[in-house]
Amino acid sequence: MGDQMTTPAERKRLNYLNADYGVKSWLLATDHKRIALLYLLSITVFFFLGGLMAVGIRLELATPAGDLVQPDTYNRLFTMHGILMIFFFLIPSIPAVFGNFLIPLMIGAKDLAFPKINLASWYVYSIGGLFTLWSLIQGGVDTGWTFYTPFSTTYSNTYVIATALGIFIVGFSSIMTGLNFIVTIHRMRAPGLTWFRLPLFIWAHYATSLIQILGTPVLAITILLVGAERLFHIGIFDPAYGGDPVLFQHLFWFYSHPAVYIMILPSMGVISEIIAAFARKRIFGYKVVAFASVTIAVLGFLVWGHHMFVSSQSPFTGVVFSFLSMLVAIPSAVKVFNWTATLFEGSVSLDTPMLYALGFIGLFTIGGLTGIMLANLGIDIHVHDTYFVVAHFHYVMVGGAIMGYLGGLHYWWPKITGRLYPVFWSKLAALVVFVGFNLTFFPQFLLGYLGMPRRYYSYPEDFQVLNVMSSAGATVLGVGYLIPMIYLVWSMRYGKRAGANPWGAVGLEWETPSPPPTFNFDETPTVDHEAYEYTSPTETRVA
Amino acid sequence: MADAHPAGLAHHFESFEQQREASFFGMWVFLITEIMFFGGLFAAYVVYRSAHEEAFVLGSSLLDIRWGAFNTVVLIGSSLTMALSVWAARTSKRKLLVVFLLLTVLLGSIFLGVKAIEYSHKFHEHLVPGPSFAMDHFPADEAPYVQMFFNLYFMMTGLHALHMVIGIGLLLSLVVMAARGAFTPENHNLVEGVGLYWHFVDIVWIFLFPLLYLLGRSA
Ligand SMILES: [Cu+2]
Repeated sequence: MGDQMTTPAERKRLNYLNADYGVKSWLLATDHKRIALLYLLSITVFFFLGGLMAVGIRLELATPAGDLVQPDTYNRLFTMHGILMIFFFLIPSIPAVFGNFLIPLMIGAKDLAFPKINLASWYVYSIGGLFTLWSLIQGGVDTGWTFYTPFSTTYSNTYVIATALGIFIVGFSSIMTGLNFIVTIHRMRAPGLTWFRLPLFIWAHYATSLIQILGTPVLAITILLVGAERLFHIGIFDPAYGGDPVLFQHLFWFYSHPAVYIMILPSMGVISEIIAAFARKRIFGYKVVAFASVTIAVLGFLVWGHHMFVSSQSPFTGVVFSFLSMLVAIPSAVKVFNWTATLFEGSVSLDTPMLYALGFIGLFTIGGLTGIMLANLGIDIHVHDTYFVVAHFHYVMVGGAIMGYLGGLHYWWPKITGRLYPVFWSKLAALVVFVGFNLTFFPQFLLGYLGMPRRYYSYPEDFQVLNVMSSAGATVLGVGYLIPMIYLVWSMRYGKRAGANPWGAVGLEWETPSPPPTFNFDETPTVDHEAYEYTSPTETRVA
Repeated sequence: MADAHPAGLAHHFESFEQQREASFFGMWVFLITEIMFFGGLFAAYVVYRSAHEEAFVLGSSLLDIRWGAFNTVVLIGSSLTMALSVWAARTSKRKLLVVFLLLTVLLGSIFLGVKAIEYSHKFHEHLVPGPSFAMDHFPADEAPYVQMFFNLYFMMTGLHALHMVIGIGLLLSLVVMAARGAFTPENHNLVEGVGLYWHFVDIVWIFLFPLLYLLGRSA
């Protein structure tokens, strides 16, 4: 693939990248594709910063004694790791980069509904990021990314307000993105593109946006209250002034549990696109998968209490939240089964994006199943606040969300840059990531089950073998993330030209040149068919 | 671009109709986020009120119901003038539009002025939460929760007032644009959008007034 001849005329064609080269044309860009690239650059910086914190954590945990960093420093490391990875990488990652780039392309629109709000969202993101980095340089924060009160409001002597303000600000960029997507998907679809002709990527982003607009404001007010309490000691969450710390947990998790679905739903959307393209089949049970996204978004708002099984919640409330949490498994499993059913008798080819998609299915399944275990009251009390929980959410958020992100990056990279990357290196990197990930996090299930608590910088010697495995795996995983950095940057200059549709995939985004022109399509497309119209699974790939 | 776009229609919209629908829809979605934002505070209020009913009734009885009622009437009046502004924009009555917008600004400012008077009264009565709060005016076991009532009172009315200030800023920029004749019957989305926002802020007050001033008062 990819060796189609490009005529000189095609090479000179104006696209969104070569339309203008000035710095201003980037910093004041309202083109959704350019804003997506601004986001790509920023979130990559935060991803590697967050990764650096993880390096510190895993180095410290390579030996049982606390010998590398001070306990205070360790607390700041895992706090900043969580904050940077969740608020500045995972939450914006797929929506702000691929959602931004692809939603208008996939629905045949010239841009998102509010291009200026889109640009503003990037600036808001950057300001929030700078605030957080400033507090990091000043000495960081040691409350954990969860900011539990009254520690965060009264006892912590670190930069709680500055960091919280950073998160408060970045929340608005998330709201702006969600609002833009919802209005765009409702009002900007090309003629003939009905709801049930939309790619599942769009459905997933629609569901994600719902969570962003409904959940994020609650986080904002919660952070505001924490800040007010810390500044004025006024008694919202601090028992010393008559407040209730559990109310903080309720408000915090009302956002932060659904936030997990902000991270995973877009990934699921990416996986649906990849599976269809590389099995050359329509996704099995399209409508069910579409509604599963919305169901996950809705159910996600009803389960936050599973974070408070051991913080003074009544057993009755615990049982209700336990039951509701398990319900989330149904739409999630529906997706996994439907992807698998799509693969069945499909004409499967194992290109790099597909490797990530298959990795996603396996790892997300493990993450999801251990989630059901944790939703059980009895098991949760046994493994609460242990490495079992750490392993579980890394299987969902790294094994799931980041695998989906990398899959998407490799699937749409030719569309974004117009270039192909080296096949061998990309497949090797996918393999290294998969092996490194499992080596890092599988031992943590065992550690947690054996009783190693999270957030400690030292541990009994019995746990060393598993911890060394985990630290070694983290090194492999780190290498796996660095390799794509190198060959993707390399490919922007030296990669082969991709052509409009290197994968022979179906979808409006593949019907326009790579990279696409500034207004996406020369003529507004009209749609008269369903998504994923792969005529027959055995049809051979073009070029 | 191949097809010439009429002035006032952004490049990525096909028609005024689409632009209008998108901007309305966006405004409604934004208002939903606002409901969730205030919702967090209302939830905190409901939780603490149900746990410390007596202290909250005590705190509530210290608010001046006359100022509250007066402000409610003022805000409802401003909603009327706002609605009339939208009508004036739709029927391209430029002068009336400016007049009604300015009236809305005036009523909003009266509201904020009254709020400032109330705040300063509370300040002199040592009812502002913090070290100077008049703890010894109340039974010892209720005092922290009376403080919490005022804490929530200031947070809720303060955030509401902030929204009013933003709204007045928006209205003033509309006045300038309206005086220049920027709005036409087919394109006055900004007036309608700010109108929706203003009505929303009024409605928040319609909930705040009984919740903070009235509940439990007759008892
Ligand atoms: Cu949860």
